[in-house]
Amino acid sequence: MFGKLSLDAIPLEQPIIMGTGVVVALLGLTILGLITYFRQWKYLWVEWITSVDHKKIGVMYFGLGLVMLLRGFADAIMMRTQQAMAANGAAGYLPPEHYDQIFTAHGVIMIFFVAMPFVIGLMNVVVPLQIGARDIAFPFVNSLGFWLSAMGAGLVMLSMWVGDFAATGWVAYPPLSELGLSPTTGVDYYIWSLQISGLGTTLAGINFVVTILRMRAPGMNLMKMPVFTWTALITNILIVAIFPVLTATLAMLSADRYLGMHFFTNELGGNAMMYINLIWIWGHPEVYVLILPAFGAFSEIIPTFSGKPLFGYKSMVYATAAIGVLSFFVWLHHFFTMGSGANVNAFFGIMTTIISIPTGVKLFNWLFTMYRGRIRFHTATLWTIGFMVTFAVGGMTGVLLAVPGADFVLHNSLFLVAHFHNVIIGGVVFGCLAGMSFWFPKVFGFTLNEFWGKVSFWCWLVGYWLAFTPLYILGFMGMTRRMNHYDHPGWQPLLIVALVGVCIIGAGIVSILIQLAVSIRDREKNRDLTGDPWDARSLEWSTASPAPFYNFARIPRITSLEQHWDDKETGRAGVRVAIFEDIHMPKNTAAGFVIAVFGFVLSFSLIWHMWLFAAVGLLGMIGTFVVRTYNRDVDYDVPAPTVARMEAERFALARKAA
Amino acid sequence: MLDRTSPARVAQPAARAAHGDLKTYGIGFALSLGLTILSFGAVMGGLVPHGMMLGAITVLAVAQLLVQLVFFLHLGAAPAQRNNTVIFVLTALLIATVVSGSLWVMHNADTNMMPMQMTPERAMSKD
Repeated sequence: MFGKLSLDAIPLEQPIIMGTGVVVALLGLTILGLITYFRQWKYLWVEWITSVDHKKIGVMYFGLGLVMLLRGFADAIMMRTQQAMAANGAAGYLPPEHYDQIFTAHGVIMIFFVAMPFVIGLMNVVVPLQIGARDIAFPFVNSLGFWLSAMGAGLVMLSMWVGDFAATGWVAYPPLSELGLSPTTGVDYYIWSLQISGLGTTLAGINFVVTILRMRAPGMNLMKMPVFTWTALITNILIVAIFPVLTATLAMLSADRYLGMHFFTNELGGNAMMYINLIWIWGHPEVYVLILPAFGAFSEIIPTFSGKPLFGYKSMVYATAAIGVLSFFVWLHHFFTMGSGANVNAFFGIMTTIISIPTGVKLFNWLFTMYRGRIRFHTATLWTIGFMVTFAVGGMTGVLLAVPGADFVLHNSLFLVAHFHNVIIGGVVFGCLAGMSFWFPKVFGFTLNEFWGKVSFWCWLVGYWLAFTPLYILGFMGMTRRMNHYDHPGWQPLLIVALVGVCIIGAGIVSILIQLAVSIRDREKNRDLTGDPWDARSLEWSTASPAPFYNFARIPRITSLEQHWDDKETGRAGVRVAIFEDIHMPKNTAAGFVIAVFGFVLSFSLIWHMWLFAAVGLLGMIGTFVVRTYNRDVDYDVPAPTVARMEAERFALARKAA
Repeated sequence: MLDRTSPARVAQPAARAAHGDLKTYGIGFALSLGLTILSFGAVMGGLVPHGMMLGAITVLAVAQLLVQLVFFLHLGAAPAQRNNTVIFVLTALLIATVVSGSLWVMHNADTNMMPMQMTPERAMSKD
C-alpha cells in the first residue's frame, strides 16, 4: 500500500538536513499557531487561497518566489562554502552525494520556483491593468495554475526530508538519470515536481495569450500595447510552444524509469543524446521566457523615471518578436561538444550570435530613452542601470560561448556558470526586483522603503560581481562546474572571494526582507492616494492604488500608446466617472486549490509507487474538475451603487491628499 | 469558467460568421469522401504502381488534412479566422522546426560519432 515509502526514507543520520528540518518545522508551527491565534484562517481562505483576483494571485506567485529564493540561496551558500573549504585533499563538510543533490536542487528551484513565479507573478499583476481589463481571461484556471506550481515547489521541499532529490544536475541527463544509475526516488521527485508545476505554467501561458489577444480595452490595437504587455505576449506564446516539449521529454524519461522502456537508456536502442536534444529545445526558449518580461519591466521603468517616452517603441516590439522567433533556432549551442559536425555547429553558432542583435537594439533604446531625460534615481532606476551594465557583460560572454571552437574549451567550466548567472541574476532577478519596487504601490497602496531598497540593490550588484568574476577567471583556469573537491591550490583564493560575494548577495536578500517589514510598518506614512506615485505613463496608473478588485470603474477608451500620460497632458486624467454600471466579476472558488492538492497526492504517490493513493489523487483531480465544470454559479454583478460608493471614497481620499 | 467578461463569449458573434453553411459543408464532405475513396483505390484497386503507393497515400492524406482544416475547422483568410490561421501556421512551423532540427542534429551526430563499425579484418590489420 505504501509502495517504496517507509520510515527509512527520512535521513535521520544527516545532521544538516535534520537540523534544517527542525528549524523549518518550528517556523512552520509558529506561523500556523499565529494564524490560529489571530483567527486568520477564514481571512486566508476567503481572501487568498480561493481568490481568483489576478492581483492577489500575482502577489502569491511573488511570495512563492521569495520563499523559494531563500531555499535556493541557502543551497548556493552551502555550495560556495564547500568549494572554499575542499581544496588540496580536504573533504569539506558536504559528502558528494549530498553536494550533488544540492547543486541539482539549486538549479531546479532557482529556475522553476523562483524565476518563473516572479515572472508569472509580475505578468499577473500588471498585464490586465495595462490593457484595461477587469481580470484575466480564465480566472479559475489562473488560480489552478498557481496552486499547481506551489504544489510542485512543495514536493521539492519535501524531498529534503522524505527520501532524496535528484543528484543529476538541473536538466537530469540520462543515462545518469535512468533507473540503473539513479535507483532512488530523487529523479522521480524531480520529474513529478516539474510535471505538476509545468502543467500550471502551461495553463498560465494559454491564459495570458488569450487575455492579451482578446481582452484589450477598446481602441488598444496591438501597436498601442505597452511594451511590458508585448513582452508578456511573446513570453506566453513561447511558454505554450515549449512546455509541451518538456512534458513529453520528462514523460519519456518516466516511461523508462517506471515501465521499463528504453527511450534514453544505453541498452536496447535507447539514445541519451535525444534527451539532451529535446530538453534544450525546451530549455533555450525557456531562458527567453524568463528574460523577456524583465526587459518589459525595464521598458516601463526607464521612460517613467526619465520623464520621456520610450525611445524606439516599434523597434522594441520587433526586437521582442525577433528574439521570440530566433530563440527556437539556437538550442544546440548547449551541446556543441556532443558530436555534431562542423555544419551543424556553425549554423547554431551563427544563429546564437544573431540573437544578440535584437537584444543590443533594446539596450540602445533604453540608453537613448535616458539620454537628455530628467532621470530620477529611484530604486527601480538603480536596478535598471545595474542591469544594463551587468547584462551587457553577460551578453558578451554569451556571444563568446557561441563560438563553437571557444565552447569546446569553455563547455561545462565555471566560465559557463558565471555567464548564465550573469544574465539571469543581472537580467531576470534585477528585472523582477525592479518591477516589485515599481508596481508594489499599485497592489498594496503604499510605496516601498527607498533606503532599504537601495541597500539591497548595492548589495546585489557588488555581491554579484564579487561572486561571479572569480568564476569567469576560474573557468579560464580550467575549473569545471559541480566539483565537490579539487587538488589545485591556485583555485582556493578565488573561491573564497566568490564566497564573500555570495555573502554580500545574502545581505541583499536580507535587505529585501527588511525593506518589506519596514515598509509595512510605515505604510501610513507612505500611502499612495493619487494612484500615480511615479508620475508614470501607462494605463495601470490611471486607477486607484491599491487598484480596486474590479480594476477600472469604467473600461477606458484607448487613443494613444501612452494613454495615461496623454490624459494627464490634456487634463482628462483623474476625471470622475459620472454614471456607473454594474460590474461583472468572477466568483472565488476553492476548486483550483483542491485540484492542486489532489495533484500533490498523485505526484507524491507516483514517486513512492503507492498506486492506490495515486488513483485517489488522479480521480480527485478529474472529479473536482468535472464538478467545477457543472457549476454554473461562477460569476456575479457588483451593483452600480457599490461601485459609485467605492469610487467616491477614493476621490475623497485623493482630494484630501491634494 | 467562461463568464461574460471572458473572450469566448465576446468572440462568439464574430466566430459564428465564419462557421460556414450547407454548401461549404457539402463541398467539404464530397471532397473528403472522394479523397478517402482515392486512398483506398490507391492501395486496394491498384490505381498507382506499387512503388509509388506510399507517396500517393501520403499526398492524399495531406490533401485530406487541408480539406478538413479549410471546410470543417474554417481556417482561412477571413478576418474572423485570421488569428486561428496564424496560430495554426505558427504551430505547424514550430513542429517542423523541432522535428527537422532534431533529425538533422541527431543524424549529423550519428555520422560523426559512429565510426566504430569496423570489420574484424580491418581491426586485425591495425591500419
